[in-house]
Amino acid sequence: MRWFWYASPQTFFPLAGRLARWSAAAAVVLMLVGLYIGFFVAPTDAQQGEAYRIIFIHVPAAWMSMFIYVVMAFWAAVGLALNTRLSGMMAAALAPTGALFTFIALWTGALWGRPTWGTYWVWGDARLMSELILLFLYFGVMALRAAIDDPRRADRAAAVLAIVGVVNIPIIYYSVQWWNTLHQGASVSLTAAPKMAATMLTGMLIMALAFWMYSIAVTLMRVRCIIRERGVA
Amino acid sequence: MLAAARCVVYRDLLLAVRRPGDVATALLFFVIVASLFPLGIGAEPNLLRAVAPGVIWVSALLSCMLSLGRLFAADHDDGTLEQMLLGAAPLGVVVAAKAFAHWLVSGLPLVAIAPLVALQYDLPPALYGVLALSLLLGTPVLSLIGAIGAALILGTRGGGVLLALLVLPLYVPVLIMGAGSIEMAEAGLGAGGQVLLLGAMLLVAAAFAPWAIAAALRISSE
Repeated sequence: MRWFWYASPQTFFPLAGRLARWSAAAAVVLMLVGLYIGFFVAPTDAQQGEAYRIIFIHVPAAWMSMFIYVVMAFWAAVGLALNTRLSGMMAAALAPTGALFTFIALWTGALWGRPTWGTYWVWGDARLMSELILLFLYFGVMALRAAIDDPRRADRAAAVLAIVGVVNIPIIYYSVQWWNTLHQGASVSLTAAPKMAATMLTGMLIMALAFWMYSIAVTLMRVRCIIRERGVA
Repeated sequence: MLAAARCVVYRDLLLAVRRPGDVATALLFFVIVASLFPLGIGAEPNLLRAVAPGVIWVSALLSCMLSLGRLFAADHDDGTLEQMLLGAAPLGVVVAAKAFAHWLVSGLPLVAIAPLVALQYDLPPALYGVLALSLLLGTPVLSLIGAIGAALILGTRGGGVLLALLVLPLYVPVLIMGAGSIEMAEAGLGAGGQVLLLGAMLLVAAAFAPWAIAAALRISSE
């Protein structure tokens, strides 16, 4: 097995370049297709009008924001367990993209909430609150890394924090949900939304794939920069 | 092993007694923050009664965080921490004892002083029991989780502000359950669920946080 062949930054560097180029191309194509379906093909929603179309960006961004955190914690755990250099770099490269998607999810959610719920922000909603705390967790990991000069030590310290954070995410989500449901019924629930049209679902899935490809491309480019910065390839 | 834990707790308590100013500062901070809210949001009694649980808990959070910076910093500076890392006693036990001592010094006094703040906010006396119980179960979790952050920031630039950024998001569940338990009791619904969840958080934190603290300390003092 050659699992560890690409664990070395030197061998990974050219591979990351190739993968990044292909992912970037796929991201552009998928995003064009997804946005075309989202804005021109998908039917207008009976209740929400045109405002709903922001979900083609909002929902995939929210998925990515959570998924990237888990991937980051995975690389952090691998880095702590196997003491590989590349794992810490991967975790470092994922954090800004994850924070970006979290911010996009919050921002588009606010823009959607204004015409639909009548307000930009609701403190009582479990999803909003856990997404906001997720953003703070990303900022915490990035700030801790930035505060430590030695990159290897920064990797390991940020890894501990990322893993503690991933343990907390389900706790945060459920604590907010229980707190919320005990106080007031949620005004809008995503799980109870009316069944969406097939084109809407297709558009959303294509956009999710596009965001995946974008994340891979950007993260790998950032890993290449980090490898160069640390002078290991 | 228990002897080592007892020694660490005794030593930290002795240090706190010899320098009572540090303990008093965190307590005064708690009282001052709680007193600032009525000045900021107005003195309407019904409003104050409604926000009292949240205000008391947020003040407790901030006060606990303020005293966390000192948890490992002095030991790190004078080399005691290295001896603890090298010593025969398991590091997890030592750091758990240190977190416990931190709670005795900064958390337990809050439980005693919180009814005074509750009195100022005109919280019904029937709720003092729930308030004390939720703080009794919740503040040790704050000490345990906070110790992870305190260990991570050793020897970094940023210090206290960075600690707030790392630790406060992780405090959210405790805040929600702690303040929620009092609000539930206030609404006459019974605080049992929230109090039990706080207890569960305490058990989970007591089981896993010492590992994370020990790992963070090892990284910080490489």
